[in-house]
Amino acid sequence: MSMTIHVDIVSAEASIYGGLAEMVFAPGELGELGIAPRHAPLVTRLKPGEVRVNTGKEELDFFISGGILEVQPHLVTVLADTAIRADDLDEAKALAAKKQAEDALADKTSDIDFAKAQAELAEAAAQLQAISRLRKTR
Amino acid sequence: MAVGKEIKTKIASVQSTQKITRAMEMVAASKMRKTQERVLAARPYAKKMGQVIRHLAQARTEYKHTYLLDRECKRVGVILISSDRGLCGGLNSNLFRKFVSQLKEWDEQGIDVAMASIGSKGEGFLSRLGGEVLSSVTHLGETPSIEDIIGVVKTMLNEYDEGKIDRFYIAHNDYVNTMTQSPEITQLLPVYTEELDDQLTHHWDYIYEPDAKEVLDQLLNRYIESLVYQGVLENNACEQAARMVAMKSASDNAGTLIDELQLVYNKARQAAITQELSEIVAGAAAV
Repeated sequence: MSMTIHVDIVSAEASIYGGLAEMVFAPGELGELGIAPRHAPLVTRLKPGEVRVNTGKEELDFFISGGILEVQPHLVTVLADTAIRADDLDEAKALAAKKQAEDALADKTSDIDFAKAQAELAEAAAQLQAISRLRKTR
Repeated sequence: MAVGKEIKTKIASVQSTQKITRAMEMVAASKMRKTQERVLAARPYAKKMGQVIRHLAQARTEYKHTYLLDRECKRVGVILISSDRGLCGGLNSNLFRKFVSQLKEWDEQGIDVAMASIGSKGEGFLSRLGGEVLSSVTHLGETPSIEDIIGVVKTMLNEYDEGKIDRFYIAHNDYVNTMTQSPEITQLLPVYTEELDDQLTHHWDYIYEPDAKEVLDQLLNRYIESLVYQGVLENNACEQAARMVAMKSASDNAGTLIDELQLVYNKARQAAITQELSEIVAGAAAV
């Protein structure tokens, strides 16, 4: 029996893959890595690219947009990013969130929520009425 | 027959309200299932990250990240996670009450607070409350993505990096079960690494690419984000569960109301018939 290593590919929003493999290839920041069972412990950042899992029978491909790779002798964990990341992009998002907070503070009379809920309720009522009318005519 | 016309219309209006609440109940029930699945789907990531961070905390001695070090607490940062919509019982107000009592506690200890919010109910609450609000994001919808919360988390982490805040918390509802949601205030930073892995007590270290600091930076950053994201998902599941329960009790209330009104209506109708009969009888006797 050939040697295998356990592979987990997870992202913040879902678990993508979990299983045994003979070899795993990942796009490390300093170049592509091939990980065989009993690899030395390693942590690295990943570039956007393909993670290939060779199970011995077939080769599975997963595209990731960056993330982190952890290797233990019998375990490979790929922590994949779901969002496209860059420092300035993150900063832009932070600014957008700040701006929203300021806007919300400036606009203290925001009863929009209530009005919106009412509108939604009215819409639901209208839909229900329409449905009941349909049922009657049938 | 003219009797009880008002009661009839009232019954009809209560009935249509009941239809709405019942529809909302069913919608919430199906959404609740989906949100629960999402919470479960996101769990492995945070768990794996926690594992790696525990390994790192154990393996490395010469480089310690600031996120792992406790420092004297003068100012804290809190992200308040709430729902975007109302009609979900006391879910948000319970959380806000807990939040305010925590604020009081900090105030007594002389600790400043910087706040941020996720969800429009919390945003409205904080703007009424006053105080310093750093950032805010709303309308994440039923399928929030991690992308939506990056901005808010980033502002808090920046504050932490600059030494402006010394602790970082999130306030959110924890999903216990359909009937129970408990408001929680959880500390994210500095990260606790108390649960140690027994298998790894001997001395060892990772190979770091490119180097320990950069990898750790990114890892901890993602870890905090995933914890906040988890909080958002939990809160979402709570919202749907609370709405389902609230709408169910509203439908039940509407049902009893309809029964009562129906009884009143029947009595009024009976009274009218009796009166008419006695009038006829009296008329006949007079002839």
